[in-house]
Amino acid sequence: MLRSRRRRRMAPVRAPRELAAVAVPAEELSEPDAILDVQNLRTTFRTDAGVVHAVDGVSLTVRRGRTTCIVGESGSGKSATARSIIQVVDNPGIVEGGRILFRADPDGPVHDLAALSATGDGIRSVRGGQIGLVFQEPMSALSPVHTIGNQIAEVLQLHTDLDPKAIRERVIAELEAVGIPRAAERVDSYTFQLSGGMRQRAMIAMALIARPALLIADEPTTALDVTTQAQILDLLAELKRELSMTMVFITHDLGVVAEIADDVVVMRHGKVLETGPVDQIFHDPQHPYTRELLASLPQREEAATGAPSDEVPDRVEVSDAVDTTVRHDDDAPSETPLLSIEGLRMEFESTSGTMFSRRTTSRIVAVNDVSLQIARGTTLGLVGESGCGKTTLGRCVMRAYRPTAGALHYDDGENATDLATLTTAQLRPYRRLVRMVFQDPYGSLNPRMTVREVIGEPLRVAGIAQGSELDDRVESMLERVGLRRDMASRYPHAFSGGERQRIGIARALITEPRLVVADEAVSALDVSVRTQILELLAELQDELGLTYLFISHDLSVVRKICDRVAVMYYGNLVEEGPAAAVFDDPQHGYTQALLSAVPVSDPRLRGTRPRVVYRPEEAA
Amino acid sequence: MVQPQLPQATPDDEAGTTADLATETGRSSRDVASASQRRLIWWRFRKHRLAMVGLVLLVAMYVVAAFAGFFAPFSTTTYSGEHAYHPPQVPRFSLQEGLFVHPTTGHTDPETLAPVFTPDESEHVHLRFFVHGDSYRLLGLVETDIHLFGPSEPGERWYPLGADRTGADLLSKIIYGSQISLSIGLVGVAISLLLGLLLGGISGYFGGTVDAVLQRVIELFMSIPTLPLWLGLAASVPPQWGPVPTYPMITVILSLLGWTSLARVIRGRLLQIRDEDYVLAATLDGVPTTRIIFRHMVPAFTSHIIATVSLAVPAMILSETALSFLGLGLRSPAVSWGVLLQDAQNVNVIATAPWLLLPGVAVVLAVVAFNFVGDGLRDSADPYGKRST
Repeated sequence: MLRSRRRRRMAPVRAPRELAAVAVPAEELSEPDAILDVQNLRTTFRTDAGVVHAVDGVSLTVRRGRTTCIVGESGSGKSATARSIIQVVDNPGIVEGGRILFRADPDGPVHDLAALSATGDGIRSVRGGQIGLVFQEPMSALSPVHTIGNQIAEVLQLHTDLDPKAIRERVIAELEAVGIPRAAERVDSYTFQLSGGMRQRAMIAMALIARPALLIADEPTTALDVTTQAQILDLLAELKRELSMTMVFITHDLGVVAEIADDVVVMRHGKVLETGPVDQIFHDPQHPYTRELLASLPQREEAATGAPSDEVPDRVEVSDAVDTTVRHDDDAPSETPLLSIEGLRMEFESTSGTMFSRRTTSRIVAVNDVSLQIARGTTLGLVGESGCGKTTLGRCVMRAYRPTAGALHYDDGENATDLATLTTAQLRPYRRLVRMVFQDPYGSLNPRMTVREVIGEPLRVAGIAQGSELDDRVESMLERVGLRRDMASRYPHAFSGGERQRIGIARALITEPRLVVADEAVSALDVSVRTQILELLAELQDELGLTYLFISHDLSVVRKICDRVAVMYYGNLVEEGPAAAVFDDPQHGYTQALLSAVPVSDPRLRGTRPRVVYRPEEAA
Repeated sequence: MVQPQLPQATPDDEAGTTADLATETGRSSRDVASASQRRLIWWRFRKHRLAMVGLVLLVAMYVVAAFAGFFAPFSTTTYSGEHAYHPPQVPRFSLQEGLFVHPTTGHTDPETLAPVFTPDESEHVHLRFFVHGDSYRLLGLVETDIHLFGPSEPGERWYPLGADRTGADLLSKIIYGSQISLSIGLVGVAISLLLGLLLGGISGYFGGTVDAVLQRVIELFMSIPTLPLWLGLAASVPPQWGPVPTYPMITVILSLLGWTSLARVIRGRLLQIRDEDYVLAATLDGVPTTRIIFRHMVPAFTSHIIATVSLAVPAMILSETALSFLGLGLRSPAVSWGVLLQDAQNVNVIATAPWLLLPGVAVVLAVVAFNFVGDGLRDSADPYGKRST
C-alpha cells in the first residue's frame, strides 16, 4: 500500500503545464490527419572522435491509423530518429534542432515534443502513456530483477489511478491479449524464464497497456527467429487493428516492410531519401538507392510470380514427428560424394552444481543422428533456427569438435578418409582441404595481425610457402577476392564489414581447399554488401570447383545459391533434397511452417499465403 | 520508475571507423590503415592529456632517481648537527653575488627550547650550477663529485627543503629515497606479474579442477587481512640485517600478496580470448597450440596487462611507505620515502618542522602520476572503444 502511494507521487504532476507551454496551432501540421509530424529534425552525437550527425534534417509525417516503416541499413539514423521523437537519445547525443509535432487525439491540441526538456514531467507523461515503445532486444530492454508483471504494472501506476488489484488484473488481461499462454502464472515470472518470442510479447504488452495513440517499434523482430518473427508481426497487425492505433516500425528488412507497411520512409546517412505509400516504393521507386535496396532482395523474382488466390486459410496447423527425415531423392548423386556424413551425433555435457553439492551432469544432444551427402562442386544449404544444431554440425565437419558418434567420409579422389576419428596430428593435411568462413567479420580476424599475416598463416605453419613466394600468393588471393594488393600491409581495423568478409574468404581459399564451410557468412552484412559477397562466392565456386556447405538461417539466401537444402530442427534433420523441391513442395510440417514465415517481399501479395504453425508431435 | 534499459544506438558507419580514428589522432586515414595496434594505442594515449602529464612526471622522477647523486646537492651521509630542523632556505638573487643564501648559526632558545637560526648577513653561500661537492658513484660506476646545483664551495650548507633531525638536507634525502621507493614498486610488480602470469595462465588455460583449486587459493590469500600479515612477515626479517638484504625481502613480502589480483585479471582475459573466433580460426588453420598461445593470444592481452600493472605499481609504493613508516620495512640508514616519514610520526615535530611531511608529497605525486598513466593506458588499450567527452 505504502509502496503504491510512494510510486504515485512520482507521477508526472507538472505535465499539463509543461505541455501547455509547447502547444502549437493545429494548422502547422503539414497534413490534417497527421498524428506525428517531424520537421527538419537534427540529432548530433558529439564524441571526441568528432561530430556525428546521426539525424540530419529529417522531415516525415505519420498519418493516423497507419503503419509507417522507417527502413535503412545500419548507421542510417533510423533508430536515432525514433529515439529523438521520445527524447531517449543515448549519451552523448542531443536533439539540436527541428520540431516534433505530436497530436495524441484527432481533435486534440498539438504539442512540439522537441521543445520539452528530456527529463521533465511533460515528456514522461507522453512516453509510455501516449507513445509506446518496443525495442529490438527484449532481454536487455526488460529488467532482469523485476517480474514482468511488476514492470508492466509500473506503466499503469504512472499513467492511471487504478488500485493495485485492478492493475494486476489489467496486466494479466494484457498478457493474454498478446498471446502469452497461462498469463496468470507468467505474470510473476522473470525475464530469463521466458523465451525470446515471449519476452517480445511481454515488451509489447508493456508498450500497449496504457493504450498509447502511437506505437514506436524499433527493430522488434530482428533478434528473433523467422517463425517467431512471423508470429510477432501477425500479433502487431492484429493489435493495431483492434486498438486502432498508429504504428512507426523501424527495420532494415524490406521483406518485413512489404508485409506490414502502409507508408515507407527510406533513410540513409541520417537523411530521408524517399517517402511514399508502400506500393509506390516497391513498384515505382524514385531514388536510385531504393532501387538498389530492392534489387538486393533475393526472393523478389520468385515472389512476384506467385498468383494471388482468393481462397486462403488464415492459419494452418500441422504436426509431424521430429525424428523422421523427409528426403526428396529424385536425382540422387550417382558419383561418390565429396563428403558423406553418416549418423553424426554430437552431445555436450553440461555440469551444474557447486563444489559442495552433488554434481549433476546433463547431456544436450546438439546434433542427433544426421546423415547427409555433399556432391563435388555443389552447394548444400543447411537451414534452421537458432539452437537447431546447424553450427555444431558445421564445426563437427571442421573437426573443431570431436563428434560423439558417426562418420564423416571425405573423398576428393586423391584422399579418402573418415574425418571423425582422426587425431589432431592426422588431421593436419585435411585442415588445408576443408576450410571455414566465419559469420562475424570482426571477431574472426586477429586485430593484431596484418592482413598479410592473417591470410598467410595456414601456409606458413604448414611450411608450404615462405618469404616473397608467400607474399605473392597472399596478394594474388587478395586480388581474386576483389581487394587490392597493397592492402596486405594493413590491419583488419582499416576495412569495412564487407571487405573483412572478403579477407575471411581469402584466408579460407589460400590453401586451395575442396570443401568450404560457410557458417552464416553473410548474416552480419547489410543487404547491399550481402549480394556482392554471394556473387563473389558463386564466382569462386565456378573458377575453383569448390564445394560449399552453406549454413544460414536466411531462407531467401539459401534458395538463391544452393543446389540442395537440408532443414534442421532441434538437432534433427527433418527434410533434405534439391533446393527447388524443398522450397516449392515442402513435405515436413516444420519446413512448411518455416517457409510460410518468410515475409513476402511484395506488398501486393500480402495475405496471399497461409501461415503454417508447426507443433511437433511428442516423439514416441 | 524502472526505465527500460536502452540498447546502444550505433551511429557509426562501418567504413567510418578508420576515418574516426584518423580525425581523433590527427592523422591521415592511410597512416591509420597500416598502423599496428601498438602505434594506435600510442596515438590515442598521446591525446590523453592527464596521462601525458603523468608520463612526463614519471620519466622525470625515474631519471632523477637513477642519477640521484648528480641531482641531489649533498649525499645522505653529510649532516651538520647544529642545523637540525633547519627551515627551508629560499635562494636570493643580487647582481653582484648571483644566487646566494646567508649561512646560519643555530642555537636552542633557552625558554621555548625551539631551535633558532640566525643568518649571518655579511657572508654569502654562493649557489652555482655544476659544482664540486660530496663524492658519489654515478650509476654506481663512475666516481665523481659534480652536482647539478648547490653551494659553490664544498663544505658549505644549504637547505632548499629544510633539514631533518640530524641536520641533513631533506631534498637530497628525498631524491635518494626515490631510488628505493620507486624501484620497489617496479620490482615488486615484476615478481607479482611473473607469479600472476604463471598461475593465472595455468588456471585459465587448463581450467577444470586446476582452475578451481587455484581460484580457492587466491581467495584464501585475498581473505587474509593484509596489514597484520605484512607485519608478521616483516617482523621475521631480522632487525640486525642491513639495508641490502632487507630490500629484496620486503619486495618479496609485498609481491607475495600482490599477485592474486593480477592472476585473476590474466585468467579472465585468457578465458575471454580463448573463445574468440580468431583463435578458433587459427586452430582450423592448423596452427600448433604453443604458437596459438604466443602469437595469437598473448599479444591480445599485453596492453591490458600493462595497464593493470601500471595501476598496481602505486599500490606497491604505498605498501612500502606504510611498512617503513611503521618501522617494519626498511630502517635507517636505508633511505626511502617511508623511512623519511618516520620522522614525521610525532605531532610536536610536525608543529616545529612541517617540511618533514614533504616526502609524503613525493609519494602522492608518484602515485597520482602512475594512476594517470594507468588510466590513460586502459582507455587507449582499446583503440576502437569510443570515448565520450
